[in-house]
Amino acid sequence: MIGIGVLRGMGVTFKTFLETYPWGRGLLRALRIPTTNGLVTVEYPDVKQQHHERFRYFPFLVYDQTPDNLRCVACKICEQECPPACIHIIGPAKDEQGRPAKAHGRTYPVEFDIDISVCMSCRICVDVCPFDAIEMDNQYELSGFDRFGQMVFNKDKLLKPNDYFQRIKPTEAATVDARLAAKKK
Amino acid sequence: MNSQTHPIETELLEVSLGPQHPSTHGVFRMNATLDGETIVKLKPVMGYLHRNHEQIGEGITYIASFPFTDRLDYFCAMSNNFGLALAIEKLGGIAVSERGEYLRVIMAELTRLINHTAVTGFLLNDMGAFGTPLLYAFREREKILDLFEAASGSRMMCNYVRPGGVREDVPEAWLERAEKLVDGYPAFLDEFEKLLTENEIIRQRCQHVGILPKELAINASATGPLLRASGVDYDIRKVDGYSIYSRFNFRVPLGTVGDVYDRYYVRILEMRESVKILQQALKEIPTGAAISPKGLAMVKAPRTFRPPKGEAYGRIESPKGELGFYLVSDGTPQPYRYHIRAPSFVNLTILEDMCLGHKVADVIIILGSIDIVMGEVDR
Ligand code: SF4
Ligand code: SF4
Repeated sequence: MIGIGVLRGMGVTFKTFLETYPWGRGLLRALRIPTTNGLVTVEYPDVKQQHHERFRYFPFLVYDQTPDNLRCVACKICEQECPPACIHIIGPAKDEQGRPAKAHGRTYPVEFDIDISVCMSCRICVDVCPFDAIEMDNQYELSGFDRFGQMVFNKDKLLKPNDYFQRIKPTEAATVDARLAAKKK
Repeated sequence: MNSQTHPIETELLEVSLGPQHPSTHGVFRMNATLDGETIVKLKPVMGYLHRNHEQIGEGITYIASFPFTDRLDYFCAMSNNFGLALAIEKLGGIAVSERGEYLRVIMAELTRLINHTAVTGFLLNDMGAFGTPLLYAFREREKILDLFEAASGSRMMCNYVRPGGVREDVPEAWLERAEKLVDGYPAFLDEFEKLLTENEIIRQRCQHVGILPKELAINASATGPLLRASGVDYDIRKVDGYSIYSRFNFRVPLGTVGDVYDRYYVRILEMRESVKILQQALKEIPTGAAISPKGLAMVKAPRTFRPPKGEAYGRIESPKGELGFYLVSDGTPQPYRYHIRAPSFVNLTILEDMCLGHKVADVIIILGSIDIVMGEVDR
């Protein structure tokens, strides 16, 4: 009979409608119809979704203890490999005689800029960095009005402590720490 | 009296649909010539989303092209990665780890579920069933995207598959979660079909609309569900047997008429087959490394990979059809030539033949039934 298909379809819609209300779910349960929680969205920005540990958005530079003890040695591999070329590094730093300056036994970059409006969150910089100096952050609310003032992150803005890395990505940070400890030996 | 003796003078009307029309699936324009409401000529205009993808690929390392392939067909990032990985493996003779093979197939089939669910929702949207089917589709899609985020770190721009396997192994308990989702998927498909398949309005809108005859489909090198809906048994997973698809037991659903309805239904059936593949793959997946040593070396240092001079063509059955990557190497770390055979682009070329003689409103659903993504058409 014409119209049966449409009515059946409406049955599905009606069931989904009921599932979004507690009383509706109660009614469905009373009728012994299998039901699920029909509420699948969250009211951003009041409620924020819990992201998975691997969620990546934008890179940051890791330092141990103090900001001048950053792991980056300014080898520029990430700058070379970044597909949209949004990393810009000046360095490694030199002292007055023109020899490489060192902090904590390592060379370090003078400037380290990443343009967040160009970065495509690909994680290739993290994969290629031989020193585990750069990692992916899960901060995603980075919009702003000023193209160069707010969208280009400089070294100060990029530097974050290892504790922070430990906190947002415990599993990955643990493997990185183990790898670095093995390297030191 | 006059109007009965002299026929009314009519004129053909040219209408430009798009490029920002909500139902043209991205920045795509159709120049339609109408006689009344009937299409007599239709010219697709492409190129609004051209991003120079192939040229960029020739200036960067092989690995660095992966994030760009995510943005080709942004619904199917995982299978796009897969296609490029196959081409690179052929070019450089890279072995793939066993677990990597399985994970890739799992990801590619999950992508097929996402794509077919979403495109069905969009098709219904174009038909005027505004919102409801699309949101049902997106609700399910979101669950799979959640799995993708857990594995790769990103919902849509996954950048996960690599030559030799996948970039990193899936996290703990991921396979169990995937299994649960896959087992629950047929129930959703049943519900979705209850909503749509028997619906009389949908049948009247779709049946015998936009028929693509078998011969024309073959001559125009259409691929994917579009071709199979016309009754041609051609699925690269079967004919090419790439990766490990020959190990799985699945069927290739075919249509009979080749109209919009068949295209819709073939996609539903294909999803059911994908569920079968996924169940087998999730059961059989071995433990071990997710990427082979050579692949891992390439991930860590992309510039050390210098394939010998030569060329390679890697192709997959992407949800939209044959997605091929053609690479020419001159022995440097960057490809000398990088070309993509995009299924959406080739399938779109027969839009006019399907639309002639139909009404304007049908053009929209015929376009929707081809399943195009402009990111892939224009590259
Ligand atoms: S972040 Fe890593 S790859 Fe980039 S310059 Fe610093 S040490 Fe080198
Ligand atoms: S995530 Fe990708 S695009 Fe962003 S800085 Fe790193 S390599 Fe460049």
